[in-house]
Amino acid sequence: MAKANMTPERNIMPTQEPSVRAHNFDEVALGYSEETAIDEAMRCLNCKNKPCVDGCPVKIRIPDFIEEIKKGEFEKAYEIISASSSLPAVCGRVCPQEKQCESKCVRGIKGESVGIGRLERFVADWHNTFSVDVPSSLSSNGHKVAVVGSGPSGLTCAGDLAKKGYEVTVFEALHVAGGVLVYGIPEFRLPKTIVAKEVDTLKKLGVKIETNVVIGKTLTVDEIFDMGFEAIFIGSGAGLPNFMGIPGESLKGVYSANEFLTRSNLMKAYRDDSTTPIMKGGNVAVVGGGNVAMDAARTALRLGAEKVYIIYRRSMEELPARLEEVEHAIEEGIEFSLLCAPLEILGYNNPDDPRDPQNGFVKGMRLIKMELGEPDERGRRRPVEIEGSEYEIEVDTVIMSIGTSPNPLIKSTTDGLEVNSRGGIIVNEDGLTSRSSVYAGGDAVTGAATVISAMGAGKTAAEAIDKYLSK
Amino acid sequence: MYRIAKKKSLNANVIEMHITAPLVARKAKPGQFIILRVDEDGERIPLTVAGTDAECGTVKIIFQIAGATTKSLSLKQEGEYIQDFVGPLGIASELEDLKKVCVIGGGVGCAIAMPIAEALHNMGAEVTSIIGFRSKDIVILEDEFRSFSDKLVIMTDDGSYERKGNVTEPLKEMLSNGESFDMIITIGPLIMMNFVTETARPYGIPVTVSMNPIMIDGTGMCGGCRLTLNIDGKKVTKFACVDGPDFNGYEVDFDEAMSRSRMYNDFERHSYEDTCNLLNKEVN
Repeated sequence: MAKANMTPERNIMPTQEPSVRAHNFDEVALGYSEETAIDEAMRCLNCKNKPCVDGCPVKIRIPDFIEEIKKGEFEKAYEIISASSSLPAVCGRVCPQEKQCESKCVRGIKGESVGIGRLERFVADWHNTFSVDVPSSLSSNGHKVAVVGSGPSGLTCAGDLAKKGYEVTVFEALHVAGGVLVYGIPEFRLPKTIVAKEVDTLKKLGVKIETNVVIGKTLTVDEIFDMGFEAIFIGSGAGLPNFMGIPGESLKGVYSANEFLTRSNLMKAYRDDSTTPIMKGGNVAVVGGGNVAMDAARTALRLGAEKVYIIYRRSMEELPARLEEVEHAIEEGIEFSLLCAPLEILGYNNPDDPRDPQNGFVKGMRLIKMELGEPDERGRRRPVEIEGSEYEIEVDTVIMSIGTSPNPLIKSTTDGLEVNSRGGIIVNEDGLTSRSSVYAGGDAVTGAATVISAMGAGKTAAEAIDKYLSK
Repeated sequence: MYRIAKKKSLNANVIEMHITAPLVARKAKPGQFIILRVDEDGERIPLTVAGTDAECGTVKIIFQIAGATTKSLSLKQEGEYIQDFVGPLGIASELEDLKKVCVIGGGVGCAIAMPIAEALHNMGAEVTSIIGFRSKDIVILEDEFRSFSDKLVIMTDDGSYERKGNVTEPLKEMLSNGESFDMIITIGPLIMMNFVTETARPYGIPVTVSMNPIMIDGTGMCGGCRLTLNIDGKKVTKFACVDGPDFNGYEVDFDEAMSRSRMYNDFERHSYEDTCNLLNKEVN
């Protein structure tokens, strides 16, 4: 075995040039080559106590898969990852690794941590390019489990249970499987062919996917039990977009990030041949600082906006988005208006002509500057308005990206299913809800969070369901 | 894929289809809607359920050819299939305890008003129906309304059939002659529902309106269908897809709803929302 690569910096991820990618929807990060992957793997010291594994919500055996990369055994590396993760190609792209596995990496103390996420992505892409999944020869254990929602938590739960021999049916409200991976995360960050491939892998494991079924409407939880399912996992996500409650939010040109991204991603407005309408061009203000806000801002830019602002009330340090997305957004020319908050969205109104077609469209935004005050109960410094600092900017489109709330459809049609004050389903440490045999996880429980934490919850619930049904 | 079990034309532009979707047929109630896609890469359009046959497992929809999607749907023949069909969405109309009701429909909105008149009639309520159309050649569902109504008034804008004028005229006459209703239920173009509400206001009769704004998913996810209600002087945002489509007419901010319905009028090339929203099309 060759000696460890002690270069303090990690191998650079090749990307499309910012000036080019700002005008297309192709993937931004291009992925490591085999040589680069092996070179990066050599930076792993394979330390004894494996702190990185503790940082991973699904406990992937990280040093073990990296060891296989060092040997060029990419398929073996894939097997190690897929034993813990049902969606490796997705996680390698969308996990906030710098806050998870990579934050614990020993190499990060005196330099940059090993590019674990990039290596995971490399392995998954290598597998998807060169390997053929053999149809599973698993025999059914005779138990039927239903999964509600085909987003990250549902797909993970379904995959883990299918591998254990359960007959799993996933019910999806939309016309295509993938949940937020399909309607929310844009093509340039997570190509939809990758999501489709991961879904196909699950189908080969025997998972059935029923699209166009809204649980709480088409079928209720009780009816699912009547159909012979013995346990249900609810991974219905945090569907309902939040608005700020400021004047002007109903003007034409104000979108929730969900609507804007759904029009572009799910309804394909990003394609030139699409008939889905979406406001393009002009100045765009995106309110919020999370990953969804970055996705919306960069989507608006690619659709042809002249100027795109991120409006965030705290500073760069508190910005909750994944580091790489923020860096990419800055490189592409997104303007970060930090420490400011919207007070009002201003609309056009022609007093002389009530039939002026421009009436009722957004023309600007009134904001106020903020400063950081005392830390709140979570330790984050609270933004405080600076008196007299109001100002206006000219914008044509406003995208509200200030979080989402769990969808009440299931709660309102399921007796005995308890939720907290924010609408999140209450679960115990196994993911079990207040209804027996009903489990839940992901954003439906926590409110808007990350893909990987949802996957972790799907995994926990799958283990608990297995334990419960094999009693 | 969902099979078109039956198809017939109600007038040159309005078509009735029965789609095989047993799960939806079992559940759907008057006032609820479905979302369909005609083909892969097609648009999602909401259409209100016009009736169900639980035994055959079919759902009846009535639509007006108004844009690309309804056009391509209209070209599908009996026995052919459409890509997606999901529902029932929204909250069913609340008809319980109503004894005497005035049902007012405008244009293709009558397709939604008819099953409500039918449900009320079957409940034993006294039903007065007022239905309005631009002209004689687009009158639909007259026989159905006649059989489910104790009294039926048909209005045409141009006077080419029955009475000339707006649906608010006979309503105003009835109310000023001392007639009263437990509720007025109105379904049609926004401007019509707005005027019906204003006509009823001096008499204090409850008005239920059926909102059909721009929407994508129909499950509350996109928020595009939001509208503002004025409840006791406070502005409250509601999502038509999950909180509606029925709302208290006196609370709806119609000016805002009409403005929002015109959001994509400039996108001529993009027929999506126009197609999606048959009722708003009636306004134009």
